[in-house]
Amino acid sequence: MDGPPIDRRSLLGGGLALLGAGAAGCSIPAGLGSTRTRVRYWHFLGASDGIIMNGMVRAFGADNPGIAVEENVLAWGEPYYTKIAMAGAGGRSPDLATFHLARLSGIGAGRILDPIDTALLAENGLKAADFSPPIWERAHVGGELYAVPFDAHPMVQYYNTDLCERAGLLGPDGRLLPTNGPEELLAALRKAKAALGGRPPLVFDALGLGTVGPWRLWRSLYPQSGGTLLSEDGSRVTLDDAKALDALRLMPTLCEEGLCDPRTDYGASVAAFTNGQAAFLWNGDWETTGLKQRGTPFSMARFPSVFGKGSAQADCHAFVLPHQRERDPEVERATYRFIAHLVKNSADWAVAGHVPAYLPTLEQPDYLALHPQSEYRSVITEVALDPRAWFAGSASRLWLEFGQAFSPVISGAITAEQGLARARQALSRLMAAPNPFPAEER
Amino acid sequence: MTTVAVPATAATPAEQARPRRGWTQHGLLFVAPFLVIYLAFLVWPLLQGLRMSLSSVNIAGTNDRFVGLANYAEAFGDPRMWRSLWNTVEFTVLSTIPLVLLGLGLALLVHHLRFVQWLWRLSFFGPFLLPSAVVSLLWLQMIYPPEYGLINGALGTDVLWLGDPSTAMWSMVLTTVWWTVGFNFLLYLAALQSIPRHLYEAAAIDGASAWHRLRSITLPLLGRTTALVVVLQLLASLKVFDQIYLMTGGGPDDSTRPIIEYAYDAGFTGYRIGYASAVSYILFALIVVVSLAQLRLFRKSEEPS
Repeated sequence: MDGPPIDRRSLLGGGLALLGAGAAGCSIPAGLGSTRTRVRYWHFLGASDGIIMNGMVRAFGADNPGIAVEENVLAWGEPYYTKIAMAGAGGRSPDLATFHLARLSGIGAGRILDPIDTALLAENGLKAADFSPPIWERAHVGGELYAVPFDAHPMVQYYNTDLCERAGLLGPDGRLLPTNGPEELLAALRKAKAALGGRPPLVFDALGLGTVGPWRLWRSLYPQSGGTLLSEDGSRVTLDDAKALDALRLMPTLCEEGLCDPRTDYGASVAAFTNGQAAFLWNGDWETTGLKQRGTPFSMARFPSVFGKGSAQADCHAFVLPHQRERDPEVERATYRFIAHLVKNSADWAVAGHVPAYLPTLEQPDYLALHPQSEYRSVITEVALDPRAWFAGSASRLWLEFGQAFSPVISGAITAEQGLARARQALSRLMAAPNPFPAEER
Repeated sequence: MTTVAVPATAATPAEQARPRRGWTQHGLLFVAPFLVIYLAFLVWPLLQGLRMSLSSVNIAGTNDRFVGLANYAEAFGDPRMWRSLWNTVEFTVLSTIPLVLLGLGLALLVHHLRFVQWLWRLSFFGPFLLPSAVVSLLWLQMIYPPEYGLINGALGTDVLWLGDPSTAMWSMVLTTVWWTVGFNFLLYLAALQSIPRHLYEAAAIDGASAWHRLRSITLPLLGRTTALVVVLQLLASLKVFDQIYLMTGGGPDDSTRPIIEYAYDAGFTGYRIGYASAVSYILFALIVVVSLAQLRLFRKSEEPS
């Protein structure tokens, strides 16, 4: 799961979770002396994502009594990537780990991660053609496969079906009428505001400790007009000021008119939407399960198209093999078997809200029957992945720096020009800083 | 008849005055356990850190190439390094003054209160016993939240204590003062209790007012304690990290990020251990300068006039 992002508070929780996980690790029955093959699996999937993943691990265990997958849930964000780096550097790492695809360029593939054996993948029935091509391509570093893509988790638009119906924003099929361009968006938000009795109808993660919400919003809007951040090879800044400012100005404009609330952090934005105090929530797709559990009348749609295309910021979950000095061939086989099980059962995973990267799943009836998870699946071809740079990816310096530069723009504390100048400055500093895992080290 | 054997070479007075040359034979053995730990956990990491600060080593220990002073050059040209260094200095100044004065004030108060002294001692020193994580959660979740926090509730205000760059540092100082003033308070209280009572009696007989007694007896006799408190406080404040990391994460807008957190960010989030070491060494230099300045200052003031 991706949120709440880099919440430093969660570190405390994470610490406890670690202790718990450590204790749980000791009680795993497949300890020493067991005849079962043990696959040690690290991931950062918490909350409802974690419950769903745990269910998938159990299902695998039931089908494969000879293999014991030992789950270890770690705190999401910076601490996770620190641990992966240290574990991979030591060469005595877990057999399998989840990962964000956009972080692949910065982790030292070949040093910290071992390449994926495509022959073993094929043996377990996974091939390149089964994956969304841009995502499959991003799983490679220097022409070699280092990750098996699992899903994409794009920014989406959650909407409260009751409130939107009252505001007359639903079509005859009960779905939200799509808006195109800023005018239509504003008109829809104004209607929703009236239906809410003057409360701001739209909420999103606008501020907070290490917030990346403003980055996600901007990263969804800016590429809609064709804007890019870096050149294809990641060597030059290609930021287009005019387009970047247009995208950046949308939020304060909405907030000024009382159409959105600039004083909500991640938790507050989700809470406001859950309690029916807001008609729209712009967020990643991972709140689906939580909202269903709490009984909010909601559905989901693609992130609105405001500046042309319908792109939305996204990152992808993937599986990687942290570097091991000696890989036990039996464990390795079990690991690939497990990967294949997870990927092929992506429909189970999609319940969490994520769009499967495994294309056959997108056609499966049980995935298509998922509501509202299948409503926004078409976004998979238009996701705005991070640029290929060592400082990009979930919870990366890029996200933190841009989030920090843009958060005060949303609240109106600084102008869009000032915010962009800060972001540009941060970007050029990141560009100037040397890559800690240079390509020649591979 | 026997004669007392006199050593052939009697020690001259000058030699006797010097420490015995043989001290290393046994002395070294006695200090060896300490020395080993000192070398292994202080001197060695210190040297290793210096070496790493001159290299491009990453978190995995690879890419370890000598880059000379490049990391330092980058750090000195890095506005966020300067910002966080300034934040550390600002925090040190803002926190040291109230922590010393308040510690003294509370100690004087408790020293003169004649009833339930244990309760005052406990309530002022109590917070110091809490771990930083507990303190941070307490203030983060109960006292500072803008919507339902204690302060906004009591004052009827609507301030984003930790969310506004203009109040965030003050909020961190307030939390830190509440948390750690007990230590200075305890040192001062102990010093107060060791001032001989007859001095006050004599002064009272001479007709000195309470204010006079405080200024001419108490404060001068607390001089050494003040020196100690200030030294310890400055060092503690310069090393601020946990409560800020846990409560604001350095934000909003970098307004609270201390230099140690910047080193942490560069090294653990950014994987650049070499650069992080250079940033740490800049803080180290600052601490050395402050310590030397203090040493000089107190040496001067302690010389008999």
